[in-house]
Amino acid sequence: MRTIFYIVQKEFIQVFRNRMMVLIIFLMPVIQLLILSFAVTYEIKEIRLYITDNDNSVSSRSLLRQFKSSPFYRITGEGNNAAEGMENIRKGKVHQMICILPGFEENLVNGAPARVQVINDAINGSAAALMNAYTVSIIGNYNAGIIAETAPEAQPAVKINWLYWFNPELDYKTYMIPGILVLLVTIIGMFLAGMNVVREKEIGTIEQINVTPIKKYQFIAGKLIPFWIIALFDLAAGLLMARLFFDIPILGNIPLIFLVASVYLIVVMGLGLFISTITNTQQQSMFMAWFFLVIFILMSGLFTPVESMPQWAKNINVINPIAYFIRMIRMIMLKGSDFPDIVNPLIYLTFYGITILSLAVWRYRKTT
Amino acid sequence: MSSNGLVIEAENMVKRFGRFVANDNLTFSVSKGEIFGFLGANGAGKTTAIRILCGLSRPTSGKIRVAGYDVYTETEKIKRRIGYMSQRFSLYEDLTVIENFRFFGGIYGLKRAVIMERAQNMLSRLGIKHFENTVISELPLGIRQKLAFSVSILHTPELVFLDEPTGGVDPITRRQFWEMIHEAAASGITVFVTTHYMDEAEYCNRVSIMVDGKIEALDTPEKLKTKYQAQNMNEVFLKLARKTN
Repeated sequence: MRTIFYIVQKEFIQVFRNRMMVLIIFLMPVIQLLILSFAVTYEIKEIRLYITDNDNSVSSRSLLRQFKSSPFYRITGEGNNAAEGMENIRKGKVHQMICILPGFEENLVNGAPARVQVINDAINGSAAALMNAYTVSIIGNYNAGIIAETAPEAQPAVKINWLYWFNPELDYKTYMIPGILVLLVTIIGMFLAGMNVVREKEIGTIEQINVTPIKKYQFIAGKLIPFWIIALFDLAAGLLMARLFFDIPILGNIPLIFLVASVYLIVVMGLGLFISTITNTQQQSMFMAWFFLVIFILMSGLFTPVESMPQWAKNINVINPIAYFIRMIRMIMLKGSDFPDIVNPLIYLTFYGITILSLAVWRYRKTT
Repeated sequence: MSSNGLVIEAENMVKRFGRFVANDNLTFSVSKGEIFGFLGANGAGKTTAIRILCGLSRPTSGKIRVAGYDVYTETEKIKRRIGYMSQRFSLYEDLTVIENFRFFGGIYGLKRAVIMERAQNMLSRLGIKHFENTVISELPLGIRQKLAFSVSILHTPELVFLDEPTGGVDPITRRQFWEMIHEAAASGITVFVTTHYMDEAEYCNRVSIMVDGKIEALDTPEKLKTKYQAQNMNEVFLKLARKTN
């Protein structure tokens, strides 16, 4: 126990004496949260729209007014030549074109279907789908308004009411920030401890440790504990920022978040330490850690829901610690889930952590 | 330590890396309190042998006991009884002098008070007490090497391995370093040292000279000089090294 203490003490001294490390540890949570939560968003604020109105009637202008007054659209061009609008889309100057064909008003008055064409730049598929949905819903409202005016007695057969539970305003930040907090502790956990061990290999000081009677588990524990504490500290800072600056609801129990994070960190740090035992340079260990990290992050459900992934991907996620933590932290923060709701994945993570850490201890060689 | 007074007993020690034989049937022994010089050209296999004796590397074959314990099965017991100063710089450069003492003393299981007392003693004997709180990277190489040696015997081992401890160090500091080695030997610590400086070989009780993985000669410097009809150890070394080239 005393041996472990001496290693932990040494690591803390070394970390805090290294200005770069201090910056990484203390500035990283702030910058990551600020950049990722503000910049990474699916919301579309400003759709550049080209309007081609070939009808030029009261009705067509009334429909187009809806777009002009919407804060989501910026009209970048208007005319009666559809070819010009298409050219604008080709050049990437506009995102979307709405084309109202001649006879729009006449058809409306006669009760025949009036046609509107919407053309989207769909290079970014999900953005195009969103733009289209906004536009279609505006046209839909306009349509409903006409029905209400001309045939007030007609009611739609099915009336739909919807509520968005757990994130009522569909705020993207609310969804993303818990996940970004997970990334934050993951990067600290996966890299710092493991890289530290490989660094000692590179400098050669590890020989001086291997020649002492230190136990393998003492060495691994001594490398784990300092960065475990630092990562939990970063999580606390991140949660505080989320609460203060982003107004993210934390419905669940905060100690429960830290319990889950503590267990989760053992898993990722165990992975990092295991990698450090099978590599000899920081470069090797960095590449290997990134390899796993990128796959784990992309499959974790941080950006795209795990539910819509194919079955084989879901199967891989069984060993993806990030997926477990993201699911649990979202449940606790946004849904207010309690211990019984997350106990199963937590038990799983615990076993995962014990296994990977034992592997790291086993693979660490004092004698080669 | 074993009953026969031998701190190191190596019989037919072999270490192969693939087809390359780094240590070819080394047989030698070192007695308690001896200063044993382990000489050889670069790549002769000195460091490989030291790493085996320290329990850092597993030998391919041979019967080897260090401090009375078997190097195959009792490495951890050996590690409690030896000190090691590696060729590569072995202190933490970003820690201060006293922090290095505290860390290494700590992982050898010494009590804090004991560490501090011994460290203070060593520092005042070296006359560098004022460097106590200086970060290692700011110290000159000579002082670093003296400190590394001090740290390697902080836990009062039976035996200390010094792998080229005076490499790149000026002549005055080398002399002081050897005074430290003699002091350590006088206090009962056996010293196993490698060097490229043949004048240093004269300070040893016995020396072995390795050429291409084999021990070509092993005796006291006096007897070796007589045997090879040489003025000094430098000539002995050159005669032996030339034999194979």
